[in-house]
Amino acid sequence: MQEALRFDSSAAEPVRRDYLEQADVTRRQVKAAGRGLALTIRGLRKSFGDNDVLRGVDLHVPSGQFVAIVGRSGCGKSTLLRLVAGLERPDAGTISFGEETRREDIRVMFQEPRLLPWARVLGNVEVGLGRDRVSTDAKARAAQSLVEVGLDNKRDQWPAELSGGQKQRVALARALVSHPRVLAFDEPLGALDALTRISMQQLLERVWRDQGFTAILVTHDVGEAVALADRVLLIEDGCVAQDVRVDLRRPRQRGSADLAALEGSILRELLRGGDLRSDK
Amino acid sequence: MSLIESLPRVRALRAPRTDGLIPWIVPVAIVLIWQIACVTGFVSERVLPAPTEVAKAAWRLLLSGELERNIWVSFWRAGVGFLIGGGIGFAFGLANGLSELSGKLTDTTLQMVRNVPHLALIPLVILWFGIDEAAKLFLVALGVFFPIYLNTLHGIRTVDPHLVEMGRIYGMGDGELFRRVIFPGALPSIFVGLRFALGIMWLTLIVAETIAASSGLGYMAMQAREFMQTDVVVLSILIYALLGKLADSASRALERLTLAWHPAFRKA
Repeated sequence: MQEALRFDSSAAEPVRRDYLEQADVTRRQVKAAGRGLALTIRGLRKSFGDNDVLRGVDLHVPSGQFVAIVGRSGCGKSTLLRLVAGLERPDAGTISFGEETRREDIRVMFQEPRLLPWARVLGNVEVGLGRDRVSTDAKARAAQSLVEVGLDNKRDQWPAELSGGQKQRVALARALVSHPRVLAFDEPLGALDALTRISMQQLLERVWRDQGFTAILVTHDVGEAVALADRVLLIEDGCVAQDVRVDLRRPRQRGSADLAALEGSILRELLRGGDLRSDK
Repeated sequence: MSLIESLPRVRALRAPRTDGLIPWIVPVAIVLIWQIACVTGFVSERVLPAPTEVAKAAWRLLLSGELERNIWVSFWRAGVGFLIGGGIGFAFGLANGLSELSGKLTDTTLQMVRNVPHLALIPLVILWFGIDEAAKLFLVALGVFFPIYLNTLHGIRTVDPHLVEMGRIYGMGDGELFRRVIFPGALPSIFVGLRFALGIMWLTLIVAETIAASSGLGYMAMQAREFMQTDVVVLSILIYALLGKLADSASRALERLTLAWHPAFRKA
């Protein structure tokens, strides 16, 4: 809790005030602030066969924080995310959200959009409602979610008719439609071209600020991590090797000196870890 | 003179539909050449009667009610045999695709049976069922079973596991997962099986009717051979072609209807 307060008063608070000053703040969005679940991980271990992927991870993520997890391939960052999302069971350790959660509270977005090719865009977003799929306002809620990602004009199209970035936006709308309190991203922009990536990053940042969920982003792109996150975790050899705060004002200017400096230092850290390992 | 006058009007009428007519150019041309070859005496009546003679035979059999009856009998055998064999094949495909235990239990056996050409069973089937309806239904059902079974199984096993995981994450139960993810994912493959099965269905039926039957199109053709009625034999063959085409068109239409999402079936 102590940690949560510290974050609220330093990094997150100016962000919120900055945002509230904007003209188009609706009541729902104000209510959204503070909706995110806090995440506490203790002694988390996971191995696949002889391969110890995670060797005791301890981590606290306060409510509404945007955390990026970076590391080399195979360092266990995706496994950590899958454990948080409940897609894998830990061998040891605990993951708690501080209160009872429903399945709809935690959503995942993958590198592939994973849309049903045989359902139209709107139908795909409806899938995200979980048990509420059958409710009478399902269509209206799905349509609203599509408006949020700017694709309301594509609602009756097939996924095959969309571009890669648009598909990923539909996947985002599907993840958002149940108003999750934790949203986990597993390299969601990895397969997109550079320009689409940047606009998707801006979209992710915007919906995060609108809805106030706790965001966990696994990425191999350090630039993306420092541009979006409040905090960057560096995973090495199955442990959290570095925990870097990113105290930069939002919206952040891509290509600014601050960002570049931070990105450089994290990258150096990543590379150094790799050298040490190869020396062994 | 009248032909020239009517030409532009004909063209104007047909212009928007020419695309649909292109596939028929070749069959129509074949019939025309065939007619000319017969009329000029290039081909003997004994070998191949002219299309007009075949049409006359069709009219004659139609008036006597023989043609309708035989078509109906064959159609019924094909349909019922297809439903039985296809139904069982589909059920096994689903069971073995969805349940590991069921797959382990029956798949190997089915694969062994598959390697026996089902038409080789005709002597045995005649011993068992005589030349009754049951014999034909059995053979058609057996022939249709395997393409439906194999393709249903393949379709279900190759559904994208990412989509299945997605369905689970979004809280789909077994029933909903099947209805919304697995079955639609397997459908293109099931249709491949369906079209294979329709071809095998006609083939099996014709062979069975030719060898052992007392009614149906195959029987009609064999009977006509005995009396040297070449026109009726040719007529039977043409009806097979037409029925085969009809079955194929029906499955294609169904495919287009249900696979509208698939890029391969979207109209350009």
